[in-house]
Amino acid sequence: MYKILGKRTLGPQIREYVIEAPEVARVAKPGQFVVIRLHEQGERIPLTVVDTDRESGGVTIVVQEVGKSTREMGDHFESGDTILDFAGPLGVASEIENYGTVICVGGGLGIAPLYPIARALKEAGNTVIGIVGARSEDLLFYIDRMDAVCDELIVMTDDGSAGRKGFVSEPLREILSSGRKIGRVWAIGPAIMMKVSAQVTREFNIPTVVSLNSVMIDGTGMCGGCRVEIGDEAKFACVDGPEFDGHRVNFDLLMSRQRFYHDEEACALDRYLKSEGKKE
Amino acid sequence: MSLQKQTPMRQQPPQARIHNFDEVPLGYSENEAIVEAERCLQCPTAPCVEGCPVNVDIPRFIEHVKNSRFAEAIAAIKDTNSLPAVCGRVCPQETQCQGVCTLGRRFDPVAIGKLERFCADWESEHTAPKASVPEKNGQRVAVIGAGPAGLTAAGDLRKRGYDVVVFELLHVAGGVLMYGIPEFRLPKQIVQREISALKEMGVEIHVNKVVGQIYSVDDLLGSGYDAVFIGTGAGLPRFLGVPGENLNGVYSANEFLTRTNLMRAFRFPEYDTPIRIGKRVITVGGGNVAMDSARTALRLGAEESIIVYRRSAEELPAREEEVEHAREEGIDFQLLTNPLRFLEKDGAVAGAECIRMELGEPDESGRRRPVPIEGSEFVIDVDTVVIAIGNGPHPLVPRTTKGLDLNRRGNIVADSETGSTSKEGVFAGGDIVTGAATVIEAMGAGKRAAAAIDRYLQSKEKRTE
Repeated sequence: MYKILGKRTLGPQIREYVIEAPEVARVAKPGQFVVIRLHEQGERIPLTVVDTDRESGGVTIVVQEVGKSTREMGDHFESGDTILDFAGPLGVASEIENYGTVICVGGGLGIAPLYPIARALKEAGNTVIGIVGARSEDLLFYIDRMDAVCDELIVMTDDGSAGRKGFVSEPLREILSSGRKIGRVWAIGPAIMMKVSAQVTREFNIPTVVSLNSVMIDGTGMCGGCRVEIGDEAKFACVDGPEFDGHRVNFDLLMSRQRFYHDEEACALDRYLKSEGKKE
Repeated sequence: MSLQKQTPMRQQPPQARIHNFDEVPLGYSENEAIVEAERCLQCPTAPCVEGCPVNVDIPRFIEHVKNSRFAEAIAAIKDTNSLPAVCGRVCPQETQCQGVCTLGRRFDPVAIGKLERFCADWESEHTAPKASVPEKNGQRVAVIGAGPAGLTAAGDLRKRGYDVVVFELLHVAGGVLMYGIPEFRLPKQIVQREISALKEMGVEIHVNKVVGQIYSVDDLLGSGYDAVFIGTGAGLPRFLGVPGENLNGVYSANEFLTRTNLMRAFRFPEYDTPIRIGKRVITVGGGNVAMDSARTALRLGAEESIIVYRRSAEELPAREEEVEHAREEGIDFQLLTNPLRFLEKDGAVAGAECIRMELGEPDESGRRRPVPIEGSEFVIDVDTVVIAIGNGPHPLVPRTTKGLDLNRRGNIVADSETGSTSKEGVFAGGDIVTGAATVIEAMGAGKRAAAAIDRYLQSKEKRTE
C-alpha cells in the first residue's frame, strides 16, 4: 500500500498527487515513469514522474481524468488514503546534457512530464525556451513552475483565453525560422501535437525528443502492447523508451493503437458514472 | 485396478468448459487415487525419480497414497518440491517421470502427475502438520523474480536456514504461473496458496520492486545480502518480424494472456482491464503458450480459434494433454503453415496471408526444417492474431548488472549444475539462463542454485572464520 501524501486540483479533471514511495523517489529521473494500480480490480496505469522529494519520499504524478480509473482516483482517493500498487521507476531517463539552447514544448497534460526535463536541462547549463499550450486557460497548469526554470516562456491557447492564440507549433516554427541555434527540442503532449512539432523541427533538422504514451499493461517489457515503430524497427515504449527520436516515430500507428480500446474505455466510464449517479 | 490403463481423471466436458475459465480436470477422489497408486510396481530402480528435474521421491509418496496416508504422501513430495499443486498440473510428465516409468514400457505409465496433484489438493482441504523450518541463521539471500525458479530457490534456502527476501517486479508473486498459465489450467488461487505456504515458512516477498532501477544487484550485495539469485525469466515477447504485425488486433501471447490471467480481463468491466476478441482468432505457434492462447480465445467468446504452426503435429512442442484438450475443444490446427504478412482493414488486422510448408532436412534442433511450398499462399480472414513463438530474456536485470556475462541472446551465462555466474555471490537459473523452457525445469534450476548458494555461503563463512 502506498500513501497519498498530497492531492491538488490543477484544472478541470487534472489533479496532482504526491505518493509516498521512498525507494522510487530516491532514484527516479526525468523522463521515467511509474505504474500505479488503485485496488484489486484495478488496471495498471503508467504515469510519468513529475517530481521527487527524497526527504518526504514523495513522488509527484499528474493525472488527467479521461477514463474510468482516473475518474475514480479523482473522486475517491484523497490525501491520507492509500493506493494498492506503485512500481517504478520504469523506462529510460531523458538524456540531459548541455546542448546550448533547447526548446521544451508541452501540450496539455504533457506539460507535467516536460517540467522536470526542462528543470534538469536548465540545471545542466542550457538556455531553456519553454512553449506550453492547452485548449484553453483553465487547462493550463504549472505555468509558474515552468517560468521558474525557463529563460523564456511562451504560453499558447487554442482559443486565446490565455497567452497567444494558436498551437504550440507556431512559435516553435518562428524560433527555428529566426535562425537561432537550437541544440535540441523536447516535445511532449498528445500524439498529434508531437507529430506536428516533429514535422516542424525536421524541416530545420533539429534533433527532437518525444515521449510516447502508448497502451501498456505491465510497463516492464513483457506484454509488447506498447510497441511503436521507430524507423523500420518495432520498439517497446516501456523499456526502449518512452523517449524516442521524434523524426523516426510512426505517429499514425501510435494514434491508431491508442484508439483500439476506445469502445471498452467508454463502456467502463459510462458504467462507472452511472454507478456514481452522475449520469442517467 | 487395471495394470494396463491409467485411472482416468474426471474433467469438464468440452462443450461446457469452452464457456468458462474453471479448471478442466476435476481431480481424483481418494479412492481413485488409491486405485491409481496401486498400479505402481515400486520397482527398485525407480527411474521416475531421475526423470524428475527436482527428484521427488515418487515411489515413496505413491506408497503412502496406496496406504491412505495422504499427509505423509504430501510431506514426502514437499521434501523436494515446494510447489506440488502447480507441478501436478503443468509439468510435461510424459517426457519426464512418466516417460521413464517402468510400467510404461508395457502399459500406460503410472499417472504420477495426477497423483501429485491429488496429494497437494488433499492437503489444502485438510490440516496437515506444518513442516518444521529451522531458525534463521543470520545470513541473507536476495532472490530477484518470484516465478518458479525464484520461489523454489527461496523455499529451499529458507529450509536450509537462510533469511530470504524475494523481490518481484509485478504486483503479485508467481511470475508466469500468474500472468501466463490460464486459470482453466492452473487456478490462481492454487498458486497463491503455494506462495502463502512459502510466506508461512518465513520467506519475505516484496512486490512492485523494480530491481535494476531502485537497487542494482551490487547494491543488494553491499547492503547486507550475502548472495543473490536471479530468476527473472523470459519475459520479452518475440514477434515474427513480418509486415502488419503492429496492427491493432495483433497481440503477443504475453499481452493476450497477461490481460486475461493477471488482470482478469475476462471479467471486464468488473475488472478494469479490457481485452478485445474477434470472431475468428489465429494463434501462431505450437507450444503450451500457443495452446493456452487458442483455448483462452474460445473462452473469451471467439467463434473459431485456429492454431497456425509451421511444422507438423509430431513436432508440436506442447504437452500432450494440452494438445488433446485443445483438439477436444474444437481448436482447428493449421499445421505446416506459416504467416507471411497481416492484412489491414480500418486500422485493424483483417487477414493473415499464410504459406504452406513441407518438412525438409533436419536443422540444428534435430527437427526437420520446414520449407515453404512455392505458390501455396492463401489468406485466412481473421479479427485477432496472437503471436506465441516464444520470449527472450527479460532485459531489466541483465542490462543493469555490471560484470555479469551474457550470451549473444542476452541470457545470463550460468553453470547448469550450480547456477553460478561470472559475478561472485550471484547465481541465476530458469528461463533467464536457458531461454524459455518449462516451469519444472526452472524449479530444478532454482533448487540446484539453492544447494550451491548454501555451499558457497558455508565455505565463505569458513574462510572468514
